[in-house]
Amino acid sequence: MPTHNNAKTVGETVQAIRVGLLKYFPRERVVIVNADGGSKDSTREVIAAASINDLQRSSDLYALRTLHCISTIYGDDPATEVALRTILAAAELLRAKACAIVSPESTNITSEWIERLLRPVYGEDFDLITPLYRRHKFDGLLLRNLVYPMTRALYAKRLREPYAVEFAFSGRLGSHLLEQQVWDHGAGGVGTEMRVTLAAMAGAFRLGQTFLGTKQHLDRSSADLVPAMRQTVGTLFSSLEPNFQLWSTNHATEPIPTFGAEHDLTVEPIRVNRRRLYQQFGSGVAELEPVLKSILSPQTLAEVQGIAKLTEDDFRFSHELWVRTAYEFAASYYKSVINRDHIIQALAPLYRGKVYTFLLENRDASGQEVEANVEALCLTFERLKPYLLDLWNA
Amino acid sequence: MHESEVNMWEMIVGELNHAMQELARNFAHLLPRLLATLIVALLGWVIAYALKVVVRGILRIAKFDKLSDNAGATQILNKLALPSSSELLSRVVFWVVLLGFILLGVQVLEIVGLQEYISRFFLYLPRLFVALFIIFFGLVAANFFSRAALLAAVNADSPSPGLLATLIRTIIVIFAVTMAFEQLGLAERTILIAFAIAFGALMLGLAIAFGMGGRDLAKQFLERRFLKEKEDQKQDELSPL
Repeated sequence: MPTHNNAKTVGETVQAIRVGLLKYFPRERVVIVNADGGSKDSTREVIAAASINDLQRSSDLYALRTLHCISTIYGDDPATEVALRTILAAAELLRAKACAIVSPESTNITSEWIERLLRPVYGEDFDLITPLYRRHKFDGLLLRNLVYPMTRALYAKRLREPYAVEFAFSGRLGSHLLEQQVWDHGAGGVGTEMRVTLAAMAGAFRLGQTFLGTKQHLDRSSADLVPAMRQTVGTLFSSLEPNFQLWSTNHATEPIPTFGAEHDLTVEPIRVNRRRLYQQFGSGVAELEPVLKSILSPQTLAEVQGIAKLTEDDFRFSHELWVRTAYEFAASYYKSVINRDHIIQALAPLYRGKVYTFLLENRDASGQEVEANVEALCLTFERLKPYLLDLWNA
Repeated sequence: MHESEVNMWEMIVGELNHAMQELARNFAHLLPRLLATLIVALLGWVIAYALKVVVRGILRIAKFDKLSDNAGATQILNKLALPSSSELLSRVVFWVVLLGFILLGVQVLEIVGLQEYISRFFLYLPRLFVALFIIFFGLVAANFFSRAALLAAVNADSPSPGLLATLIRTIIVIFAVTMAFEQLGLAERTILIAFAIAFGALMLGLAIAFGMGGRDLAKQFLERRFLKEKEDQKQDELSPL
C-alpha cells in the first residue's frame, strides 16, 4: 500500500486488508508492506497502531500465523513509481506468489476486495488482475471515451480499466516488471500504474479482471483533468513507440477472463454543467488554433473548428472525428512535433467537447445503452487503426 | 628660346617616362599581391561554399528546421520572405567565411590603416555568433513558455489566455533582443535604458490598473473565481478516471 498523507482513510483500509487476509488466506504466509512518501500527518503511526486485537474484538477472526506489517519511507516526496518499485522489490525478495496493490484512498474497500484481487493470481495462475467497478454512467469518462477504446484497439485486449490503482500481480510479472525498467519510461514518473498494465499486455502474461464494487472518489473535482490525461493518455502514447512491432501487427481483440460482472453502471440523475464543457471546448479550439495546427491535419482541424461553431443543441463530436483526432495526437506525440506534454495538454479542450457529446447522447440512456455507445466507439477505434499506421509511417 | 622649349619637352617626356616607369614598377610590385588576393578570395569562395554545403547537410540531419518551426522562428522568416532557418544559417556561414577570406586577401595588399579594421572584424565575429545564438534560443524560449502559458490558461479556463501568451512571448523576445544588442555593443546604453523604461512602465501600468483602476472589478473577479465558482465547479464536474 503506497501512502502519502492518508491518515484519514488509511486506518480503515489497513483493517479491511487485515480482515481480508485472515478471512480468505488464513493459512498462507502474508505480509502487508507500506511504502510511504514522507507523510507529514500520522499515516505511518495509524498503520503501525492498527492491531490484530482490534479485529478480534469485533469479529471471530483468529490468526493462525503472524501477520507482519512493514512500513518504510522511500523519500520526502510522494512518487508512485518509487513506491511501487519498493513494493515490487520487497515482493521479489520475499518470493511472493501473489501481490496486491491497494489504494489508501479506497474508503469503501471491503475484505472481499482482497480475496477477489488475490485469489485468481494465487489460485488460478493469473499474472495480472485489474479491477472493475460499479460506476455512475457519467463517471470515468476519460477511460471510457479514450483510454479503454484506444488501448483495446492497439493492444488487442479488452481490459476495461487499464489505469488501476488497485490490482494484483504474480511474482513472475513482478520480476519481469523490475527487469523491464518500466519505471524510467521518459514520462517523468507519471502513470506508473498504467505502465504496469501496458507492460503486462505487451508481454505473454495471463490477464484477468475482477469486479470489486463501487468506485468512490474523495474529490470529484475535474481540475485534475490534465494530470489525469498525463497519467493515462500520456503513458499510452509514450508506450506506442517501444511496442510498435506489437500493436502494428495484431488485429482481432481478445476478451479478458472476468470474475463477476463486466460492467455495472448506475443511472441516478446527477448535476452536471454541460454548458461549461461546451464553452470550454469552443474557447479552447479558438485559442489553441496555432497549437492545433501543428498537431492535427488540415482536414481534421477544419472539421473540429466546424463543430465548434455549432449551437449547443446541434453540437456533435462524432466517433469518427474523435478517433481521427486521437490518432493524429498520438502520431504527433510520437513525432514530437511540439513538446510532448504540450500535446497532451492541447487534447484536454477537445476531450471536453467529446464528453459534452457523450453527456448529450446518453442523457436519458440506460446502462446497457451507454455500454452500446462505448462499444461503438471501440469498434471505430479498431476500424481506423490503419489510419494511425499510415500517420505513423508517413 | 627654341633650345629652352626643347629642354622643357624633354623634361616633360622624362617626367612622364619616370612616372610610367614608377607606375609600371608599382604595378609590378602590386600585381603579385593582387593575384595573391584574388587567389585567397577564390580559395575562400571554395571553402565557404564547401562549408555552406556541410553546414546545411548537418542542419538538415539534425532537423534544425523542425526546431526552428517549434521555436516560431520559421513563421518570422516566412513573414520576412526569407528562406528556411537551415538555408539562412548556411548562407550566413558562407558569407562570413567568404568575407573573412576577402579581408585576409586585402590584408596582403598592405593598405595602410586597413589592417586594424580587419583585426576588429575578426574579433567581432564571436560576438556576432553569440548574439545570433541568443536571439535563436530567445525565440525558442519565448515560443515554449508562451505556449505553456496558453495551454495552462485555456485548461484553467482563465480569461484572455491569448493575451497572456502574447505578453509572455513579447517580454522574453525583448529580453533576448536586448541581450543580443548588448552583446554586439550596439547602442548599449540606449537599449538598456529603453528596456528599463519600457519594462518599468509596463509593470507600473499593470500595477496601477489592477491596484487602483480595477480594484472593485478585481475583487469581484477574485471572489467569483476562487470562492463561488470553485465550489460550483466541484459540484458540477465529473471525475475523468
